[in-house]
Amino acid sequence: MSSPRSSSLLAWPATSSSRARRPAASPAERRRVRLRRKLKENLTAYGLLCAALLVFAMFSWYPIVRGVLLSFQQVDFVNAPTWVGFDNFSRLFDDPLFGVAWRNTLLFTGLALVFGFAVPFLTAVLLNEIRHAKAFFRLAVYLPVMLPPVVTALMWKWFYDPGPGLFNSALGAVGLPGGQWLDSSTTAMLSLVFVSTWANMGSTTLIYLAALGTIPGELYEAAELDGAGMWQRLRHVTFPQTRFVLLVLLLLQIVATMQVFTEPYVMTGGGPDDSTVTVLLLLYRYAFVYNDFGSASAMSLLLFIALGVFSAWYVRLTRKADQS
Amino acid sequence: MSSPWSRSLPRRMFCLLAAGGLALGVAACGDDGNAAAPGGKVKITVTGQPPTSQPFERGVFDADVKEFEASHPNIQIEPHEGFMDPKTFSAKLAGGQLEDVYYVYFTDPAQIIARHQAADITEASKSVPHIGDLKPELLDNFRDASGKLYGLPTMNYTMGLVYSRPLFQKAGLDPNKPPTTWDEVREDAKKISALGNGTVGYADYSKNNQGGWHMTSWLYSMGGDIARKDGEKWVADFDNEKGKQALQYLHDMRWTDNSMGAKQLLEATDVQRMMGAGQLGMYMAAPDNIPTLVKQFNGKYEDYGVAGMPGGQGTLLGGEGYMLNPKASPEKIKAGLEWIQWKYLNPDRFEKHIQQYVDGKQPVGLPAEPTPDVWQGAVRDQQLALKAKFANVPATNYQSYVDTTSKIKGSIEPPNAQQVYAALDSVMQAVLTDQNANIDQQLSSASSKVNGVLAQVK
Repeated sequence: MSSPRSSSLLAWPATSSSRARRPAASPAERRRVRLRRKLKENLTAYGLLCAALLVFAMFSWYPIVRGVLLSFQQVDFVNAPTWVGFDNFSRLFDDPLFGVAWRNTLLFTGLALVFGFAVPFLTAVLLNEIRHAKAFFRLAVYLPVMLPPVVTALMWKWFYDPGPGLFNSALGAVGLPGGQWLDSSTTAMLSLVFVSTWANMGSTTLIYLAALGTIPGELYEAAELDGAGMWQRLRHVTFPQTRFVLLVLLLLQIVATMQVFTEPYVMTGGGPDDSTVTVLLLLYRYAFVYNDFGSASAMSLLLFIALGVFSAWYVRLTRKADQS
Repeated sequence: MSSPWSRSLPRRMFCLLAAGGLALGVAACGDDGNAAAPGGKVKITVTGQPPTSQPFERGVFDADVKEFEASHPNIQIEPHEGFMDPKTFSAKLAGGQLEDVYYVYFTDPAQIIARHQAADITEASKSVPHIGDLKPELLDNFRDASGKLYGLPTMNYTMGLVYSRPLFQKAGLDPNKPPTTWDEVREDAKKISALGNGTVGYADYSKNNQGGWHMTSWLYSMGGDIARKDGEKWVADFDNEKGKQALQYLHDMRWTDNSMGAKQLLEATDVQRMMGAGQLGMYMAAPDNIPTLVKQFNGKYEDYGVAGMPGGQGTLLGGEGYMLNPKASPEKIKAGLEWIQWKYLNPDRFEKHIQQYVDGKQPVGLPAEPTPDVWQGAVRDQQLALKAKFANVPATNYQSYVDTTSKIKGSIEPPNAQQVYAALDSVMQAVLTDQNANIDQQLSSASSKVNGVLAQVK
C-alpha cells in the first residue's frame, strides 16, 4: 500500500481503485515521476531559459570560443582558416611594443588604483558626513559618469592643451608655468589616469556610499562614547564594516583598468614615444590597422588568461584572509 | 482542472519562435548578396557614394549612377555610402557584406592582395578602355609580385606644401614665391610664428600613423627612403644620415626656433583646423586639402597656395582606387570594371565632368578634382587643357606645385605601410615632444621595429 505522500506523486488522475490495483512504486520510479512532473510545471521557465541560453551562446560564448580558436589560426575571411600553432603568439613576443604595452598597462592600473581607489572612498566618507544638500553633492559627484567616454576624453584634451588649454591658461593667470601634460612622455600616462579617475569615480563613490549607509549608527555612537576620534572611527568601524565591498571593488577596478582603451585611443594615440600604448590599444592596432585578427585574438587571450589567473588568486587570497 | 500544457502553449510557442527567429536572423546575415537583379540584369554593390552632408558630390554621384544604368541596361548599381573603413572591412568580408566594388587607399592594396581579399582582374582588365593611358607606377600599386593586377587607381596625389597666403603677406614674405628648400621653410616658419598671437609657422603630424606617413614624405623629399629591397627581402632604410637630417630639421624647428607651436600629437584634422582658423603658416599636404579647408572653414581659394615639395629630391605619391570582391561572380567583376572605367577613368567624360563642377560652383583648376592626375601621354595633355580652359580658381597659386611635381621623383608608400607608419609615429612624437630626444637611438629602435614589420612582407 502506498503512503499518502507517494500517492500524490503518481500520475494524475489517481483513483482509490487504481491505487489499490497498482503495486507500490520503486524509489527510482518515484524519482522519475517527480522529475517529469517538475519538468511539466516549469516548461515555460525552461523555454525562456533556452532562449536566453541561445542568445548568450550566440553573442557571448561563441565569440569567446571563436576568439580562442582564432588565436591559433591565420584568417583572411576568404579562404578557410589555417592552423598556425603558436605563430601568432611568437609574433606578439617579437614585437618590441608588446612588452611596452604591458608595462604601460600595469603602470596605468597601478596609478589608477592609487587615485581611483582612494579618492572615491574618501569622497564617499566625506559625502556621508555631509548633513545639508546631500542630494546636490551626490549628483555633482555622479555627473561625470553621465558623459559619454569619448566626450570626456575630448573635453580633457582641451583642458590639457599646452597652448590655449584650460589648465595652462589658469596656471598662466596666476603666474605659474604651464605643463606639457599629454605632450610629454613623463606626464602623459598620469594625465590619462586623472581623466579616467574623474570620469569613473561617481559610480564607485555611490557604491561606497551605499556600503557606508549599511553601517549601524550605534557602532559610531559606541565608538564616540569610548572616545574614538575620526581616524579611529574610520579604522575600527568604517573599514571593517565595508571590507567586503572594498575587496570586490578592488578586484573589479583592476580588471577594468587593465582594459583601458578610450583615453589613450582618443587623447594620445599611444604617444608620445609609445608611452601610452596599452594592451588594448595594441590589440586594436593588430585587429583594425594591421588586419591581423589572429595576433589580436592571441593578445586578447593572453589578457584574458592574465586577468583570470589574477582574479582566481585574488579570490583565493581573500577567502583565506576571511577564514583566518 | 486545467492542464499546465494548455496555459503555457502560447508562451512556449513564443520562446520557440524567438529562438527560430534568431536563428533565421543569423542565417540572413550570411547572405552573400550574389543574387542576380530582376530582368536578367547584373546587380553590383559599389562603395564611394559621398554622404548626404556633401550635397554637391552626392548629387554628381547619384546622377552618374542613373546615367550609367541608362547607358548600360544590363547592369544595376546599388551604391553604398562611404569609402574605406579598416575597422569594418574584415567583418564585412567575413559576413558576406563587402561590396562587389570597394574603395581602397594606396596604403592598403599590398596587404589586401597578400590576404587574397581582392579578385584577380589581370585578364578581365585587358578589355578596359584606356588602361594603357594610366601611369604605370599607379597600376603597379595594385599588382602582386608576379605582376597580377587586383585593382585600378582612380585618384592620385603627390605631397607638397600647403601654405596660407595672408600669413605670408603679414610676415613680409612673398606668397608667389613659396619656399623650395627645407632651409627656406625653416626661415619662413620663424617669421610667421614671430607674428605672435598663437600663430604657428609650420605644423606636422605625429599621431594615428600619420606621423609615420609624413616622416616618409620627409625622407623622400631629401632623397632618402624608408625601405629598400635587399635581395628578396625588404629592409628598413632610414637609420642613416638622411633620416637624421630630416628629424634634425623637425627638432630644430620645434625646439630651437619654436616655430611649430607647443601643441603636438597632431593629426590631419587638427592641422586643417589650425590652417582654417588662420593660425598656421605651412604644412605638408596634397592639393586635395584646399577644397576641404575652404568648405569646412568658410575660407577662400585665393587665401591658399600649394608649393612643390621642399627639398626637391622626391615626393610621396599616394592616392586611391577600387578593388573587387574575391567572392563576386565573373559577371559582377566584368560589370564592376565597366562601372569603374565609366565613372572614374573615362577621358570621354572629362568635359562633362568638369562642366558639372563649373555649374555647381566647385573648384576647377586645382591639381586634383574634378579629374585626378592618373594619366600619362595624350590623355593627360587633354585633361590639363580642359582644366585650364574651365579653371575658376587662381591657378598661379599652385604653379610651384605643378612645376615641381613634373620634375621630381614620386615614390609610392612602403610595403605594409600602415604598420611601418605606426612604428615611425613614435619617432616623430619623440622629436616633437622631447627636447632631449636621442635621434640616433630613435632611428635605430624604429629601424628594428620596421624590419620586424617588413619581414612579414610576402
